[in-house]
Amino acid sequence: MDRDKLVAVKDLSVTYQTRIGPVSAVDHVSFDIYKGEILGLVGESGCGKSTLGKALLRMIDPPGEISNGEIVFEDKDIMQYDDKQMRDFRGRKASMIFQDPMTSLNPVQRVDQHLIETIQVHEKDVDNASALERAGEMIRKLGIGEDRMISYPHQLSGGMRQRVMTGIGLILSANLIIADEATTSLDVIVEAKLADQLRDIRDEFDISLLMITHNIALVAEMADRIAVMYAGHMVEIGDIYDVFEEPLHPYTAGLLGSVPNIQFDASEELYKMPGEPPNLTRPPEGCRFHPRCPKAMPICSRIEPAMTEVEPKRFIHCWLYQDHPEKMLRKG
Amino acid sequence: MENKTKEKDILLSLQNIKKYFPVQKSLIDQIFSKKIEYIQAVDDVTIHIRRGEAFGLAGESGSGKTTIGMCAIGLEPLTEGNAIFDGLDLTTQSHEELRKLRKRMQVIFQDPMASLNPRMSLGSAVMQGLKIHYPEKVAEHRDMVITMFEKVGLTPALFYYNKYPHQISGGQRQRVVIARALITHPDLVLADEPVAMADVSVRSLLLDLMVKLKKEFDLTYLFITHDLATAKYICDRIGILYLGKLAEVSTVKEVYQYPMHPYTKALLAAVPVPNPKKRRTEQMPKGEIPNPINPPSGCRFHPRCPIARPDCAEIEPKLRELRPGHFVACRYADV
Repeated sequence: MDRDKLVAVKDLSVTYQTRIGPVSAVDHVSFDIYKGEILGLVGESGCGKSTLGKALLRMIDPPGEISNGEIVFEDKDIMQYDDKQMRDFRGRKASMIFQDPMTSLNPVQRVDQHLIETIQVHEKDVDNASALERAGEMIRKLGIGEDRMISYPHQLSGGMRQRVMTGIGLILSANLIIADEATTSLDVIVEAKLADQLRDIRDEFDISLLMITHNIALVAEMADRIAVMYAGHMVEIGDIYDVFEEPLHPYTAGLLGSVPNIQFDASEELYKMPGEPPNLTRPPEGCRFHPRCPKAMPICSRIEPAMTEVEPKRFIHCWLYQDHPEKMLRKG
Repeated sequence: MENKTKEKDILLSLQNIKKYFPVQKSLIDQIFSKKIEYIQAVDDVTIHIRRGEAFGLAGESGSGKTTIGMCAIGLEPLTEGNAIFDGLDLTTQSHEELRKLRKRMQVIFQDPMASLNPRMSLGSAVMQGLKIHYPEKVAEHRDMVITMFEKVGLTPALFYYNKYPHQISGGQRQRVVIARALITHPDLVLADEPVAMADVSVRSLLLDLMVKLKKEFDLTYLFITHDLATAKYICDRIGILYLGKLAEVSTVKEVYQYPMHPYTKALLAAVPVPNPKKRRTEQMPKGEIPNPINPPSGCRFHPRCPIARPDCAEIEPKLRELRPGHFVACRYADV
């Protein structure tokens, strides 16, 4: 599958200024998002996946800031955009669906008002009637009855609210949708339905979807590629089939091994990863995973590995897959 | 159901329990209408939990799984039916008798931060149960707590003893909650979504710990979860709930490999599998879970059921044993 790049993120860092010094929640991360793909971004709490998602829309609030790197969207570096350009970019080019629709939707606005407002803020010349028509079309497409247009958020079920959020994200025909734990608070059947719908929407509009989640099984179900983060570092990126077939980074292997699998032909034992993710105020030296890594070598605790393309489009951030003079010495 | 098991093997028996919650109404509604509406959270559920087993209760939000748990340990009075714990009917016990029984049934909740007092050190939080239930052993309390810390993997125990909840990680907090539940030597542990908030890598450690402790302390678990994949790793038997009623009960292996109720089938199919080669192809049931104030007549699943027939709207299905030890509440489920 050879697709064009939609987004190219290069060496992106997000730093929070705290009382005990700067904390790099996202540390020199590089990756691409291709047109029309679903990229699953996974990792555990605090690994920086949500921060990275927000950074792509430059929505990092102080005391945090994007301290390094560039975000190239359709060949333009959006780090150079001014506020007005950014406002236009958000919504029209890229938009975000958050986890909790109840806090993202305005409790005193009806469904139709949410959608119409979104259209009219970005497209000033659209009148109410045509905005309403577009809103209705979107609602139908998402499988919500049009009688729901005049409902308030509290009158809708969780699944319906999340579909309204999705509609708001899609109504300006953005090319990139960032879904940050969009299905997390939903029951499995509702989640499965929304997942189907997101996939259908991707097929129909040919948008790219960055799916940020801790639900690794859901990524296996939906994504074309998977990106794994650990303690602010991107540790592995690859095709979904390749990574699940043979995870190369020891963290990816451990993470995939600890995911419960409902099928009885799967292994009966879950992998038990020792330790816990590090505190990012004082991350371990070298590779941040080395204290928990079953394959750690002396070099791992001293020098950070580089992101290496070990196979075409397969990137690993681990000393096992790259050479270093020191590594050779220690081995001998 | 399951009458074959001898009575003395049963630790907890819930017999036709019902729990209805009255719906709050505004003052004006109360004045003008006398009719009180009820949410039928649990409607006629019978479960027998054997000594030493881990019984799972699974279902979506609003299926009544937490309410059943609360009723099972006497934290919620029943609207109808009986909850019998080790031969004692909880509904007829006095407050004082119930309080004494509580050391034999303990609870682990979902959010350890919410279940621990932020101003109580971990050691004294765990000791609290000993103070109440074993006041005569006051000299040994500290040692008992330290031993328990070691058993749940909080080592070095003395390091954690004087810490406060905000100083440790989420996984460690849940270990404290487990220690607090086990310190009174319970027979039954009600675990209500105990690993739902933990990250994947922490979750597998906690599950492993719970399995180990169950063996070591001869525990019986009532394990409430919405996550069927997690249930597979800890439960022996499982009951699938839909809108306050049991849809299907059997061993985990039996239910997962030969689901017979159309709802169980849909629920199992909806669980994503961490293997991109086994993506779901099944269609999901139409509609959403109906309102439990006015549940559908007959079989509560009939409006969404792919195999519903006209009489499903009229006749309420009873649990039938369709395979040995496998009970299904569907009149048209095929074997």
